[in-house]
Amino acid sequence: MAETVGSTTCSALVIGGSAGSLDVLLEIFPVLRNDIHFPIIIVVHRKASNESLLTDLLKSRTTLAVGEAEEKEFLMPGKVFIAPADYHTLIEEDRSISLDYSEKINYSRPSIDVTFQSAAEVFKEKLVCILLSGSNADGVEGLKSVNNYGGKVVIQNPNTAIMPYMPQQAVINVKPHVILDGHDMADYINNLND
Amino acid sequence: MISDVIDNEQVEILLNDVLESHGYDFLEYSHASIKRRIIRLYGLDNFVSFAEFRYTVRTDKQYFKRFLEEITVNVTEMFRDPSFYKSLRNDVLPVLGTYPFIRIWVAGCSTGEEAYSLAIVLKELNLLHKSLIYATDINPSVLEKAKKGMFPLTYLKQYSENYLQSGGLKDFSTYYTANYSLAKFDESLNRKMIFSTHNLASDHSFNEFQLILCRNVLIYFDKELQHKVFNLFDGSIEKLGYLALGSKESLEFWPKAKEYKRIKMEKIWRKL
Repeated sequence: MAETVGSTTCSALVIGGSAGSLDVLLEIFPVLRNDIHFPIIIVVHRKASNESLLTDLLKSRTTLAVGEAEEKEFLMPGKVFIAPADYHTLIEEDRSISLDYSEKINYSRPSIDVTFQSAAEVFKEKLVCILLSGSNADGVEGLKSVNNYGGKVVIQNPNTAIMPYMPQQAVINVKPHVILDGHDMADYINNLND
Repeated sequence: MISDVIDNEQVEILLNDVLESHGYDFLEYSHASIKRRIIRLYGLDNFVSFAEFRYTVRTDKQYFKRFLEEITVNVTEMFRDPSFYKSLRNDVLPVLGTYPFIRIWVAGCSTGEEAYSLAIVLKELNLLHKSLIYATDINPSVLEKAKKGMFPLTYLKQYSENYLQSGGLKDFSTYYTANYSLAKFDESLNRKMIFSTHNLASDHSFNEFQLILCRNVLIYFDKELQHKVFNLFDGSIEKLGYLALGSKESLEFWPKAKEYKRIKMEKIWRKL
């Protein structure tokens, strides 16, 4: 019995996005419940120089704790971790964060694939990954891993994405658990808490 | 990249082999990163089974060279984080300039971009003639590249922007000559460099320095190894010397951190 309950529970949520994803994030954050009991990791492509801009923006829209992911920091429930610009963010078996300055993947650092893949191995069927708007194919390989490990794949409806290419590629190549319009994302995330 | 072709247990087996057969200890590296590097290499080199991969890594000396170069991260940049170099230029090196002789250790120097950046700043402060830069890495093949001081020309635009932002005084192009697709840096810069292999996970202190630069190396180590390396650095820095880390690295959780004072907003600490 306990196992059945466990398998439907979310232990971590990772949201990946590129061009056009900020609008969705800014819509999601103000309505997130303040008692979220899983960590949220955000991986958004951006220029290396815009250091804390994204963190500050998201911080201003929620009462949840928001911070840039620091290396060796442990994922905490109810906290939002922003993958820092110009590093890949990986999740370790002990649920701590590793940063990595290796080659760009899909011309991107942070790469969404890298975080999705490493989180998939750690959280397996208790992971939920959401892929938002973007104009390259980063995230698709990562979502395949999430599927392989039994996690949930959520893709933004390309028709509602400012840049449809990234979610489109995902829909073509990965079997999603659900496809959602941008403005339905917040409800979906809040319901993961139940 | 298929992420589950090699599992955690196989990573452990492979790293134990590497330690036993070649004497390199990667067991205290951050697991997720090293595993990703291993799977990447496995895919790049088209191995068909873990057994074949394991056998090759264990027995083929030539292949092991490649293994070593590929599972360590060798991505680096000149004047990476310009504000860091600005602080070196304005706050740290002028203090060291009061010494008769300056010894600097660039630990984990990879292909040398940071050592050359440092040499340029020293030169502009008129300190290079009395400085010696020890540049070390675990990996002999990247040191060969570092000695040559030749970097892909395509990156030079970015490096030149970094250099100017860091407070550089000259036209950056006066430091190199373009040679086909490579920029060859002035030999007056590497005349003051000594390149040598050094493994932070297993080798000891080899000198005393006034400045140690070790940037974006410790992020690949687990906490225990990080603390071991901090102790090694502590034993290699003179009193009032400096330790410089990467932009996401910190001394914070190391027990002896209180014996160091942080300089401004940068990841630079001074030994008290």
